[in-house]
Amino acid sequence: MTDLPTSTARKLGLVIDLDTCVGCHACVVACKGWNTENYGAPLADKDAYGAEPVGSFLNRIHSYEVQPANAPAQLIHFPKSCLHCEGAPCVTVCPTGASYKRVEDGIVLVNESDCIGCGLCAWACPYGAREMDPVENVMKKCTLCVDRIYNENLPEIDREPACVRTCPAGARHFGDFADPESNVSQLVAERGGIELMPEQETKPVNRYLPPRPKDEWAKDAEIDVLAPLLAPVAEEPKGLLGWLDKALERL
Amino acid sequence: MHPAGSIIVFTALSGLGFGMLFWLGLGHFTPTYWTGFVFFAVAYALSVGGLLASTFHLGHPERALKAFTQWRSSWLSREGWLACITLGVMGLYAAALVFAGAWLAPLGWLGAVGSLVTVYATSMIYAQLKTVPRWNHWTTNVLFLGLSLGGGALLTGAVWPAIVLLLSTAAVQVYAWRAGDQRLAESGTDMATATGLGGIGAVTAFEPPHTGGNYLTHEMVFVVGRKHARKLQNIALILGFALPVLLLMLPSSHLLALLAIGLHLAGLFVLRWLFFAQAEHVVGLYYGKR
Ligand code: SF4
Ligand code: SF4
Ligand code: SF4
Repeated sequence: MTDLPTSTARKLGLVIDLDTCVGCHACVVACKGWNTENYGAPLADKDAYGAEPVGSFLNRIHSYEVQPANAPAQLIHFPKSCLHCEGAPCVTVCPTGASYKRVEDGIVLVNESDCIGCGLCAWACPYGAREMDPVENVMKKCTLCVDRIYNENLPEIDREPACVRTCPAGARHFGDFADPESNVSQLVAERGGIELMPEQETKPVNRYLPPRPKDEWAKDAEIDVLAPLLAPVAEEPKGLLGWLDKALERL
Repeated sequence: MHPAGSIIVFTALSGLGFGMLFWLGLGHFTPTYWTGFVFFAVAYALSVGGLLASTFHLGHPERALKAFTQWRSSWLSREGWLACITLGVMGLYAAALVFAGAWLAPLGWLGAVGSLVTVYATSMIYAQLKTVPRWNHWTTNVLFLGLSLGGGALLTGAVWPAIVLLLSTAAVQVYAWRAGDQRLAESGTDMATATGLGGIGAVTAFEPPHTGGNYLTHEMVFVVGRKHARKLQNIALILGFALPVLLLMLPSSHLLALLAIGLHLAGLFVLRWLFFAQAEHVVGLYYGKR
């Protein structure tokens, strides 16, 4: 049933650190790779080398310029994948039951063999986290790498989402938000993790850590009034440079 | 939103078909034998044809039956059930009229209510979406119902109901267009809340994830048609409402009625195209578009 569970035992999800993300797209590639070679229909590309390439991705990186009132503009890279919402509107609109939210860990998944490809769930998601595969015509979305995190065939260190495992900046963190002691809960508490579009009432599980405050312009910084009286650091040039200096002066 | 032909045909035709079934079921006009056959054939062609057109929009139409399973939460699923039940009830009612010349009033009333509820369910598929502020409003339900009932009245020769319904629906439509232009801004969702970066300063999109388009931008960030929206709105008003009502006021003739229906249908298609083309999905904000 596409009714949502009233509560889930765990709330697995990601914390994405907008302060450290360098916008390298490594997670995009890792995600596309893992999810093309493993569970479900491969993430297809169409017209990949042509004039209008399109393909399905479960994770995409936007970049925004933010202009504070009295400071230089900041460039912020913004990874976006499914936020595994507690009030997932994408699940309740699905007519077939293909979309569902798991009771045990809160992961939102699509059962591809039930999906009729109506696209209504993608309309219902405010974040653009669902994309119809252009070749298989079924709905694709982030699985939170459900086929990695519980996969006993992988070494323990790899039992986390591909995007988290691959991020060279450590900007993506995976964990259980239902546990206040977990790494993700603590990061959110420490750094003031935020919800995207709270007014849409989707209750996303994933949280974003806002960029840390940047250094200010030097214009208000204190300037040492004694600075002009300090001894110059560069003394009179000596040797060859000194001779050259004097020779050039005289010319 | 991308105005897909199959969905425009689906909503427009099935709305008209169920509108016809409503008036036929209500019993103000109970055609029997051959006349009955013609009217019910048109009504079924429109409603069933519209529903079939909607399956062209599906990636996997062969699995369409699965869409009947989730009526507890999904308006799309409910719409499927209600349409089938209504078509079944009205089928029995029509058979009695066409083959026996018998008017089974209670069955007709049940079918009339079913037709209304079916159109309401169709409208809820769109009106339920918080992500499309322009649709997430009572005017969406009222317009779907008004157009269905008004068009149905026109098609079943209920002249005065048609005039009243078409004129009042036109008024609601004008209001919906005007007020709808503000609804994205009023929804409180903007680039600041979408990115959560509004606290730092003014947010602008610097670079999209990929240089090309993708499913999201093709499906939900359709901006092409908005340039001519005002002109198309006027065309829709004239074709869909003004001219049909004028023709209905003239002394009645089959030819004029047919012309009125043709014009209304053309107006209805323009209207539905605008319904999709003008609707802004909040995901556009991530792409710096609206
Ligand atoms: S982010 Fe979108 S797809 Fe993911 S659970 Fe939330 S509404 Fe559904
Ligand atoms: S596209 Fe598939 S998963 Fe999405 S609502 Fe339709 S049937 Fe459900
Ligand atoms: S958790 Fe897995 S599926 Fe989701 S964005 Fe990361 S790599 Fe992709």
